[in-house]
Amino acid sequence: MKILKNFSLILLTMFSTNLWAQNQVNMSGGFTDVGAEIYDLHMLILWICVAIGAIVFGIMFYSMMFHTKSRGHKPADFHESTSVEIIWTVIPFLILIGMAVPATSTLLEIYDNDNAEIDILVTGYQWKWKYEYLEGDSQNIEFYSNLSTPQSEIYNTTEKNENYLLEVDEPVVIPVNTKVRFLITANDVIHSWWVPEIGVKKDAIPGFINETWSKVNEEGIYRGQCTELCGAYHGFMPIEVHVVSQEEYALWKQAKQSQGD
Amino acid sequence: MSDHAPSATSLSRWLYTTNHKDIGSMYLWFSLSMFILGGAFAMVIRAELFQPGMQLIDPNFYNQMTTLHGLVMIFGAIMPAFVGLANWLIPIMIGAPDMALPRMNNWSFWILPPAFLMLASTLFMEGGAPAFGWTAYAPLSTTYAPPSVTFFIFAVHILGVSSIMGSINIIATIMNMRAPGMTYMKMPMFVWTWLITAFLLVAVMPVLAGAVTMMLMDIHFNTSFFSAAGGGDPVLYQHIFWFFGHPEVYIIILPAFGVISEIIPTFSRKTLFGYSSMVYATASIAFMSFIVWAHHMYTVGMPVAGELFFMYATMLIAVPTGVKVFNWVSTMWRGALTFETPMLFAIGFLILFTIGGFSGLMLSIAPADFQYHDTYFVVAHFHYVMVAGAVFSITAAVYYWLPKMCGRMYNETMGKVNFWISFVGFNITFFPQHFVGLAGMPRRVPDYALQFADFNMMSSIGAFIYGMSQLLFMYNVIATVIAGKPVEENKTWEGASGLEWTIPTPAPYHTFEVPPDLTKEKIHATA
Repeated sequence: MKILKNFSLILLTMFSTNLWAQNQVNMSGGFTDVGAEIYDLHMLILWICVAIGAIVFGIMFYSMMFHTKSRGHKPADFHESTSVEIIWTVIPFLILIGMAVPATSTLLEIYDNDNAEIDILVTGYQWKWKYEYLEGDSQNIEFYSNLSTPQSEIYNTTEKNENYLLEVDEPVVIPVNTKVRFLITANDVIHSWWVPEIGVKKDAIPGFINETWSKVNEEGIYRGQCTELCGAYHGFMPIEVHVVSQEEYALWKQAKQSQGD
Repeated sequence: MSDHAPSATSLSRWLYTTNHKDIGSMYLWFSLSMFILGGAFAMVIRAELFQPGMQLIDPNFYNQMTTLHGLVMIFGAIMPAFVGLANWLIPIMIGAPDMALPRMNNWSFWILPPAFLMLASTLFMEGGAPAFGWTAYAPLSTTYAPPSVTFFIFAVHILGVSSIMGSINIIATIMNMRAPGMTYMKMPMFVWTWLITAFLLVAVMPVLAGAVTMMLMDIHFNTSFFSAAGGGDPVLYQHIFWFFGHPEVYIIILPAFGVISEIIPTFSRKTLFGYSSMVYATASIAFMSFIVWAHHMYTVGMPVAGELFFMYATMLIAVPTGVKVFNWVSTMWRGALTFETPMLFAIGFLILFTIGGFSGLMLSIAPADFQYHDTYFVVAHFHYVMVAGAVFSITAAVYYWLPKMCGRMYNETMGKVNFWISFVGFNITFFPQHFVGLAGMPRRVPDYALQFADFNMMSSIGAFIYGMSQLLFMYNVIATVIAGKPVEENKTWEGASGLEWTIPTPAPYHTFEVPPDLTKEKIHATA
């Protein structure tokens, strides 16, 4: 009966605009310049696909409406045309070149890991993350970051809070408007470190150190998850990034370092 | 059953048979049973994902379900279905009396059921079934795997042997047993696509066997192929796996292209548009499938040059694939269309496969893929091409050739209902998965954040609808075989062409004992 109730609920919501307003249906625009570029690229290709789809499906539906036996349409006899084949090979090729140009420039930017002001070593474990701020000579800050959602919420005995499965006991903190380089590796199996809104995803692989970077333009809390199947609790090792002002970051660092002593 | 056919109820007939029609039928029934099993796994997955929170199963069992769902559907349902169709149809399409290597044919089928029995038995072993995804990335599948992984490896070996033998048989049949006058460029598209697919299979199944053998060595013989601690490389596994895995997805979709290229002309009452360009497009897709594998691995940290190469190569595949879609639409253009069940499924294929192609093009763009990779966007993409692509085309093929196979007509109304429920259920299931993927939901998670709840519930409801419609399909097929309305005409469909429609209905146990002379016949597009 519960399923039936849910089903009618779904049917109702499906046709109300509410569902679309409450639920994110698209990639987030991103709070970094690279994220914004990725978003634009994604939308560009999406619209090209929509346009091609409209033409192809339009022709097909026209044919399905009017070129039917029930309307007494007599089948035509053509079955070959070299010139048409050449046209629809060349035009898509040109469109692809048009896509490849912005894609290449965005990719090169993502791979530009130079001149970072802060280096953070991120290590994936079954099933938590460890963060280590690489400071050169001075004492490194390092800590583990575990899921903080209580088991009772996961097993449905208490009500779920709004950050269900996306909250940790100790978030990684970085300053705003600063290029931060993440060096990503793993201790056991392969994991993947993904925070959608700051435009970063890179696999954490034992024996390798991958690099990626982010420069976040806006203070706030950004949440992500592990995106490579890493065992039973793959769905339970989230990432929480707090982007704060330079002053707050300095204070946080000080507090952290004195904690370590 | 017609003359010379041994009794259908004797076990030895099925065990010892070397008849291509018997073996084809066994492949198809086997595939149907695996489709139901793999579907049951999918239902468990969708039931758990119906709401946030863990309700029915534990996370480890959830991973076993996704792993087995993938393996059973790919290796148990889709591939055997196409091999079954190949066995049934290739000889009667090219005017051959049987497959070239009939005894090996028997063997390639009969090693399949034990392999899947072994795979399914892992569910009852200590530590449970493989829980590392069908892609089996090391070291999760080696150092950190449950003991049942050894059985998984052995099952994959057997499946590989079966596929390789099946493909060698198909290549040998097509190359040597065509009737006089059946030149390569007169072969039906289904035969062409299978010839190319068989070459792909022979090329890449040994690669998969190599990958899982290296896993076996790492697990039991202390090697370190994929273990960084011993000087190995976990990424090496992914390169080897996807060097098999990417051609594998074309192995699954090319025969589907062949089926669609038979059905659309029939119900458009027109010859297939651009036959030779279809052949060249298929061949170039097959060739390119070997040089794009690392687009599954954009986030592993490849050098930027490698990233660019694989991105450009992958984007290029859109060209020949586009040619195929344009050719099918042109075949329909100014035809005299009717919409029987096979045609409905073929049109469903055309629309939904094209959508899957579009999301594939989006995924090929490396910088954007950094956001799509390993999310539900990918899950949506490959179900558009695997389910609406491969499974829809298999369903279309079964409805299309079933009257020829068993001499009985299926229930058309039930077929149409089957189509509409499948089409609607499929889209309710998988279209919202694009949204949750873009919004940030990773794949292969047993539980999810609250913001994904509505679309996941919708997805689950769609999955249950789609699942039900497959039971309807099964019922329709079984009811037809047992008690469908008998059909007599050689040619079931008004617009059909091809040698398979020149033999009596139902197809006699032995056909083309004397090869037909086609040297003066006008057949297919190049005539």
